[in-house]
Amino acid sequence: MSNYTTFNRNEEFFVDMQRCIGCKACEMACAECETNGQDSMIHVNYVERSTTIQTTVQVCMHCEDPVCANVCPADAISKDEFGIVHTANTERCIGCSNCVMACPFGVPKKIEEYDLMMKCTMCYDRTSIGKKPMCATVCPSGALFYGTKEQIKEMRPNSSPVNTFVFGKEVVNTKVNIMMPKGSTELIIY
Amino acid sequence: MSKESNLDKNWKKDFPIHKQEAAQVSRRDFAKFLTLVSGGLMVGSGLVAAKSYFLPKEGVEGEHFVCKIKDIPVGGTQTFVIEGSKIPYMLIHLEDGTFRAYEQKCTHLSCAVFYKPGTGEIHCPCHEGLFDAKSGDVLAGPPPRALPKLDVVVKGESIYVTAAHEQIS
Repeated sequence: MSNYTTFNRNEEFFVDMQRCIGCKACEMACAECETNGQDSMIHVNYVERSTTIQTTVQVCMHCEDPVCANVCPADAISKDEFGIVHTANTERCIGCSNCVMACPFGVPKKIEEYDLMMKCTMCYDRTSIGKKPMCATVCPSGALFYGTKEQIKEMRPNSSPVNTFVFGKEVVNTKVNIMMPKGSTELIIY
Repeated sequence: MSKESNLDKNWKKDFPIHKQEAAQVSRRDFAKFLTLVSGGLMVGSGLVAAKSYFLPKEGVEGEHFVCKIKDIPVGGTQTFVIEGSKIPYMLIHLEDGTFRAYEQKCTHLSCAVFYKPGTGEIHCPCHEGLFDAKSGDVLAGPPPRALPKLDVVVKGESIYVTAAHEQIS
């Protein structure tokens, strides 16, 4: 089957958690969009609010073998040829929250109001026509970056993009990269 | 087959998470579909043919009273059903004073037809089919055959219908 979109396969998403200043510009930008019902699909989290002002930001990591899609009993979540894991097909999603519990990154959220799961699709309506995701275009501190590997290498010479995550015995490879100290190859969560 | 291996083998094949696989129809699956559908059509039309061969339609027997002449004005119609049958008929009082009786089912898709007073035409509103009210022949539209007719017998003040005699062409 042919895909006639102009998705740029060279560009990738890079998240640099240490650069997140918690301004929530990304959440505001995401919630501007009518595609997701003006709910933000990106979430800014406080790490340990009583002791630090550090925040982190979470977009969908777009796993190579998406566990959310694997556990979906209604076949509502699918992954396309660009590696984008799409949000629940609204006609199929039964709101069972299997994906919410299965995702190791805590990305899918059940929106009770609609009885649907909704999650980040890397702004597929924008990226499929060659634009950058909304959050990455508004981030003032460079915590969210969408571009080529060469660009990020030039911008962050002391960091390496990592897309392998180790959760105990489960190794998850993702499309989205996390910026880690130079030379890192994987992020071991536990 | 254990549940796990069934999941891996069949479930993931039937409900793939990759869009390309979900939209992909293999040559073999398409051929299977074609064979099933055309086989189904063949068996189905065979059944229809067998039914009409072994259980032929029963014709109208004898004379059946429809109504009095005074009940049906010129250009008017009277619908009726012959006892023991469910086929709807209609009796038409044509403008020239004669009577005609036809099945009220269009020969195209069985919609109910009606007589348009003053035109001499029977109209089917579904697909604009037109029949000649004098003979029942198709004048326009998709119907493939003339409307089945009954012969009308007028005895005094009463109108009766009988099975149509062979057409003399």
